[in-house]
Amino acid sequence: MTTYQEVIHKPDAPHHEDHIHPPPSNWFTHYVFSQDHKMIAKQFLFTALGFFVLGGVLALLMRWQLAWPGSVIPILGSHVQGFKDAGGIMPPEAYAYIFSQHGTIMIFFVIIPMLVGVFGNFLIPLQIGCRDMAFPLLNALSYWCIVPGAVIMMASFFIDGGPGAAGWTGYPPISRINGLGLAGFMGTGLTGQDFWIISLLFVGFSSLMGAINYITTILNMRAPGMTMHRMPLAVWTLLVTSVLTLMAIPSVTGALVMLLLDRHAGTSFFLPANEVISGEHLPNTGGGQVLLWQHLFWFYSHPAVYIMILPGMGMVSDILPVFARKPVFGYRAIAYSSIGIASLGFVVWGHHMFQSGMNPKLGTTFMIGTMFIAVPSAIKTFNWLGTLWGGSIRFTVPMLNAIAFVAMFAIGGLSGIFMASTPVDIFIHDTYFIVAHIHYVLFGGSVFAIFAGITYWYPKMFGKMMNEPLGKVHFWLTLIAYNCTFFPMHIVGAGGMMRRIYDPTQYAHLRHLQPLNVFMTEAALILGIAQVCFALNFFFSLFRFNNVIGRVLAIVAGAFGALAYAPLIDMVVAGLGIHAGHATILGIQFEAAGIAIPLGLVAAAWTAWYLVRSKLSFGAASGDNPWQANTLEWQIPSPAPYYNYEKIPLVYHGPYEYSSPHDVNSDYLPQNSPMDAAPRLAEIGDAVGP
Amino acid sequence: MKLSRSNKLIWAFFVLAIFWSCAAFAQTTETAASTAKPAAEQTTAAAAVASASGMKQFVRPTNWWLPASASTFAPEIDRIFYLILWVTGIVFVIVEVMLVYFLIKYRAKPGVRAKYLHGNHKLELIWTAVPSFILIVLALMSQITWASVRYPTHAPTNGMKVEVMGEQFAWNVRFAGPDGKFGRTDASKMSSENPWGRVEGDADGKDDIITINDLHIPSDQPCKLLLTSKDVIHSFFLPEFRFKQDAVPGLGINVWFQPTMEGEFEIACAEFCGLGHYRMRGNLTVDSPAKFQEWLKANAPSQ
Repeated sequence: MTTYQEVIHKPDAPHHEDHIHPPPSNWFTHYVFSQDHKMIAKQFLFTALGFFVLGGVLALLMRWQLAWPGSVIPILGSHVQGFKDAGGIMPPEAYAYIFSQHGTIMIFFVIIPMLVGVFGNFLIPLQIGCRDMAFPLLNALSYWCIVPGAVIMMASFFIDGGPGAAGWTGYPPISRINGLGLAGFMGTGLTGQDFWIISLLFVGFSSLMGAINYITTILNMRAPGMTMHRMPLAVWTLLVTSVLTLMAIPSVTGALVMLLLDRHAGTSFFLPANEVISGEHLPNTGGGQVLLWQHLFWFYSHPAVYIMILPGMGMVSDILPVFARKPVFGYRAIAYSSIGIASLGFVVWGHHMFQSGMNPKLGTTFMIGTMFIAVPSAIKTFNWLGTLWGGSIRFTVPMLNAIAFVAMFAIGGLSGIFMASTPVDIFIHDTYFIVAHIHYVLFGGSVFAIFAGITYWYPKMFGKMMNEPLGKVHFWLTLIAYNCTFFPMHIVGAGGMMRRIYDPTQYAHLRHLQPLNVFMTEAALILGIAQVCFALNFFFSLFRFNNVIGRVLAIVAGAFGALAYAPLIDMVVAGLGIHAGHATILGIQFEAAGIAIPLGLVAAAWTAWYLVRSKLSFGAASGDNPWQANTLEWQIPSPAPYYNYEKIPLVYHGPYEYSSPHDVNSDYLPQNSPMDAAPRLAEIGDAVGP
Repeated sequence: MKLSRSNKLIWAFFVLAIFWSCAAFAQTTETAASTAKPAAEQTTAAAAVASASGMKQFVRPTNWWLPASASTFAPEIDRIFYLILWVTGIVFVIVEVMLVYFLIKYRAKPGVRAKYLHGNHKLELIWTAVPSFILIVLALMSQITWASVRYPTHAPTNGMKVEVMGEQFAWNVRFAGPDGKFGRTDASKMSSENPWGRVEGDADGKDDIITINDLHIPSDQPCKLLLTSKDVIHSFFLPEFRFKQDAVPGLGINVWFQPTMEGEFEIACAEFCGLGHYRMRGNLTVDSPAKFQEWLKANAPSQ
């Protein structure tokens, strides 16, 4: 029987350092230019959370304009220069950059940094049992590369002409002519669209650096006994995501550089001859192809959407077994279907271009691939259901969010089948049906996975527990408001409402849909309010804000969120034809006030009572393993020390040995605990786990 | 083979799902078969009825939330839309019901230990094969419709030829006039008075009818569009016709559709093209052949 010492000193064993590096020497290397993967993860976390707020505010502005076109914007209407100049309302120029920036910020500064930057960085070394990434300095650079990108994107809001306003997709020629002729930044002629391009170049480099790091670390630095098939599924999906990133980003990088050259160097990569803009001929000589941008852009951006969902799927695959207390159903199915999604993801980019003017035969080829890419996701969904079947389910906040992921992603994935069918896409392309699909997979999928991940790994990151009852209030407020906001988008989209329009009431065929737009906006406002509960929970727990003020604020936030449902209930009740009293409260018209307001007050009162009864406590010490989980990161103190593992662990089995018959006194079995009384060591290499 | 109660339930759900999908498919095929006369025959009959009684001919009323069907494409596309809606709807109900059922049935109870199993190979095969099969069927059905509406080999040889050029923010429309030929254009001559850049004195172009945002077509023949754009990408969208095609500068895209309903319809722009994108509305009028001839004569350029 080989011993631990013999294992780690085998000639071909991975090189595990027995010594621990000295701790960071000063505040700067500890908090700012840290090379510790956990600190970098936290840097990404706070950056992404800040941008989440900004992206959300932009979305609310859009929704306000769609529901009440041409009305005065509250608060910002009298403070933002562009709105003030238009008399307090949102001018069309502003709407253009608002939807463009909402998409850009949410994708490149929230979802990707959160899933790949935060969870990739935090989890990979911890879950595979090593002390840090393969290239810690490159890791630090990956964060510090996104910072100039973020600064430039924010700065673009303050430049002459406003930020990039050609959509997050930036199709030329409109992205070529956007801001043409303006003085721009300090008279250079660089306007918001150029800043958008440069900012995304930085983000791309940041992602590339991260991808290289993650792949190298996962392939080379796993602890002894941690075969590929004993890795937690979060690590599997992060590996696949990194491969996607590595191969796809060069395409969009090239496209962005070509666009910049078209804008400023007189090239014509994307411009045909004889472009006439507002009566003026463009100086570019022409000979380019407009569709070339779309091919290059979508060759990256389609894998990007899988980059935005796969880590979430992996995290949910990790969280469900912990709280169902049973192994994940179909480990290999989930792992291999992730590879399947990634591979197929490279050959379906044309489904974004079915109506773009490309050869119709390509519509056929891309449709086939797109139909098939639904299969791996279906496999995963059924495997998650199988994980729940026969479990002993504990409904903690991470579990609730993970379950919501499964439920909402199913809807998003199914709505994708409509657009996979090319003839149906003729009708629903560039309508709100697409917007509904996007948000069901990105919010219903990725964002719920992010909430699950944050609430689950918060104790390991900070050593404190977030508050459970407030977390549950946030969850339910969010889930209901989110469905009320995005489900009707399927309906208005199928009714023919186009995307990116400033005023839907201009079209006769859309006027009957306007009440739905109002409903969605009211729900979106509630959704925004509900996130205050999460923000309070996050920061109060971080700072242990455990006094009366903190508790009162939390109770007020939860109760107010519940009360805010009154206008929404009113719309539903009135829509059913029940009129129960007319009232105008705070400028909101009620048609069924007699029912809606009492219901809202009851909801608010019950939420407040629920929170009071729970004796809200923020930031209680979490202990090493508050969730009684198996994966390696829970076997070390919380928060994790900078060196992670004092002694590199030895892994005996897979990460999902819950309710194992090997130990009847406990329902979990950490990965570094042997399964039997007589420990057996796995072969180092790719031996199959239990 | 001994199946436990839950296994039987799972099998039952899948069998039901396949049965319902087939039933829905059969039902929609039946509906389509009963209404699928040759397009020309249908519209001739329709036109005869319409012109005889002055009534508008409806192919199908507005269903649920989709707009009215006003072209030959609409019933085909709607059929696939509804089929997908049925299939995804049934899968959605099954998945969500199972989810909620499991969450209730398998909630933590004191003294009850979770089942220790890692997976089931046979189930994996089933829930890989069944979705694949359903998707193959959907792909084949979709391909048949896609080819019939977009493949150049399936496009009708006859039809009312119209050229449409999108610009910021209007739709320029050009008819060939009685000679059936479009006049020459030269991009260097484009200006606000001459949006098409027509060449002065060109013989073919003398009888071309130029309008802005005003497209008239007859109801008895297909409309063959040559779609392009002057400046940025636009998208010619007719909701009731289930017709959409991006108008791309530098490309002349041949597309067609056949109306089945007379009346006035909105042309919307469905690709963000700048600040006026939201008000880039046009009007499509489908006239009876007689009225269309009148319109042509009334709008012919003075010689």
